Amino acid sequence: MDAVYIILTSSLFAISCGLLGCFLILRKMAMVGDAISHAVLPGIVIAFLITGTRDSFEMIIGAALLGILCTFLIEFFNKKAKLQTDAAIGVTFTSLFALGVILISVFAGQVDLDQECVLYGEIAYVPIDLWISDSGQNMGPKALYVSALTLIVNILFIRVGFKQLYLTTFDPAFAATTGISVALWNYLLMGSVSMTTVAAFDSVGAILVVALLVAPPATAYLLTDNFKKMMLITCGIAIIISILGYYLAVLLDGSIAGAVVTVAGILFGLAYLFSPSSGILLKRINQKKEAEKLAMPKV
Amino acid sequence: METFKEFFSFSDPSIVSVVVGAVLLTASSAVVGTFTFLKKKALVGDAVAHSVLPGICLAFILSGTKNPIWMILGAFLTGWISLLIIDHITTKSKIKEDTAIALILSVFFGIGILMLTNIQHSGNAAQTGLDSFLFGKAAALVGKDLIVFGIVAVILIVTVGLFFKELKLIAFDSNYARALGIPVKWIDLLLTSLTVLAVVTGIQAVGVVLMAAMLITPAAAARFWTNDVFKMTLIAAVMGGISGLSGAYVSYVAPAMPTGPWIVMIISAIAITSFFIAPKRGIFARSIQQRRLQRLIMDENLLKELYHLGEKDEDPYKGRTVNEIIEERFFPRKALKVALRRLKRQGFLVKKNGYWSYTEAGKVKGQRVVKLHRLWELYLSKYMKIAPDHVHEDAETVEHIITPELEAQLERMLEYPEFDPHEEKIPY
Repeated sequence: MDAVYIILTSSLFAISCGLLGCFLILRKMAMVGDAISHAVLPGIVIAFLITGTRDSFEMIIGAALLGILCTFLIEFFNKKAKLQTDAAIGVTFTSLFALGVILISVFAGQVDLDQECVLYGEIAYVPIDLWISDSGQNMGPKALYVSALTLIVNILFIRVGFKQLYLTTFDPAFAATTGISVALWNYLLMGSVSMTTVAAFDSVGAILVVALLVAPPATAYLLTDNFKKMMLITCGIAIIISILGYYLAVLLDGSIAGAVVTVAGILFGLAYLFSPSSGILLKRINQKKEAEKLAMPKV
Repeated sequence: METFKEFFSFSDPSIVSVVVGAVLLTASSAVVGTFTFLKKKALVGDAVAHSVLPGICLAFILSGTKNPIWMILGAFLTGWISLLIIDHITTKSKIKEDTAIALILSVFFGIGILMLTNIQHSGNAAQTGLDSFLFGKAAALVGKDLIVFGIVAVILIVTVGLFFKELKLIAFDSNYARALGIPVKWIDLLLTSLTVLAVVTGIQAVGVVLMAAMLITPAAAARFWTNDVFKMTLIAAVMGGISGLSGAYVSYVAPAMPTGPWIVMIISAIAITSFFIAPKRGIFARSIQQRRLQRLIMDENLLKELYHLGEKDEDPYKGRTVNEIIEERFFPRKALKVALRRLKRQGFLVKKNGYWSYTEAGKVKGQRVVKLHRLWELYLSKYMKIAPDHVHEDAETVEHIITPELEAQLERMLEYPEFDPHEEKIPY
């Protein structure tokens, strides 16, 4: 049963991250997603210090605010100080993440978080942290509910705002002329990325969230050119990596999150080599055929 | 305060070695980072930093010890592989660079974490302290390790010094460098190797997670203080060194604290302060400059419109009300009044019963702007063959920035013309 809980939780988080990731990688904002997943840390610690619990609404809000602050700072340094984008991202997220780690070590006694958990989460403990209802009935692991709720919120967000997100991703100039606020939807997307990151934080940690945001969509992107299909394939990959990752972790007696990411990397590698539409091996074969055809003497 | 004195008196030889180590490591990565920053490859450093983790674990699994030379070799290997893969993905597939970086960084890190946890659970006693590579521990830098990492840091700095000219050239204009006969590919390769080495050594003090900051942040901060690459490299090294020193101090005062985050906090504070207060490029200096320029343009436009009004009535010194000016050309009322008062203070205008009029100096200045505007229009239509109905917009901006030298040259070139393309008189 524990295995099912863990796999289910990680699949649900992986799907949430993957769906948002589809937009991120097409917007060329994968590194901003990376930055946000680091930058929410101080928000989590501060919310933790205020509320004293780990699973609270305040924590989600605190982290979402930090995520939006991070997006804002990157833009501010870029536009106002004319700092090149890559450096603006680098300076912003490393300083916020450093602040978070310092807060954790300063308040080590009061915060039930440690540096390792920050990095790679503790999804193995999911089945232990149960939600016991007031009548004393066991309702199953808490993280499962959190992950399901996160997914529902994300799906709702994407369904309701699909047209706007789609347009601002593929043709921001056109979106602006039809009266859609590009900046608003950008901040909304970044807000959801931060909230999802925080929700998934306990289970997979800050850096591995990035892998869930980027690896499944990138793999799907190699397999199709259709955006809706890309989102569907992403969901499929999210489930596959969760299942295979879990058993790999059991096999090697290592971190589950680390194993899930490793499998995601392997799947990407396979798609990169063998994808029917854009795999590099197939491309090479086609090129060769083409070359032979051209080289043939005219009859 | 007591520990502060104790630390900075450097009486304890172990303090000296930790300080020397931390400063060398951070300064050397700052030096290398300057060039990755200038090549706009800052985030690649982040990818390398995360990708060295599996290499370190691999070295440990293979050698069974925490021998620094093995670690450096392992880290160097996976760091390099990660860069090759990123490069391959970006050039050979439709995936963009940012996605490739984020993907490789997180996947390599994930593999590293899987290996690290596997080692930790294996019960090998020698593994304790392996996780200090995650967030760094400057205080752990003693004895043989210090010597090895110190040597690598010195090699880094010396190599950058030797190839300074080449590195500078490829950072700004690799095509030009190629034309000069510089082996661009090799220098690129050199810079990549230097980056990987800098990461490998820096993680001892800062840790893999935050290592990117040591490459990016000192360079970003230094960029705000100078336009000269040599000075920039020096400033970045000094700033990096200061943060390394403070990291060593923290490590000494609170041995349980990871040093990486503190070093990064210090260097970030330096950088963000630089973004704001640096002369010329800083946010404050920039906005002051912008303000000044806006004011100049407003003043000149206002004086110009007064001249236009004067032309109509053939009386340049006639008094005008605020409404009359706005009728001639729209200005926001509030800004207009502020500008009028400013020009009065400067002695270009006088006010009598609500009527504003030129002083002698004001007329000269207004007339000059009008003259420049019309000269430029004539120049554009005569020499650039632009239709007369298309020249106004351009003249509207250029009139504010023409220097007296250019003015004289225009007059000479156009032979002191009488009329502009719109048959309006050019005043001298």
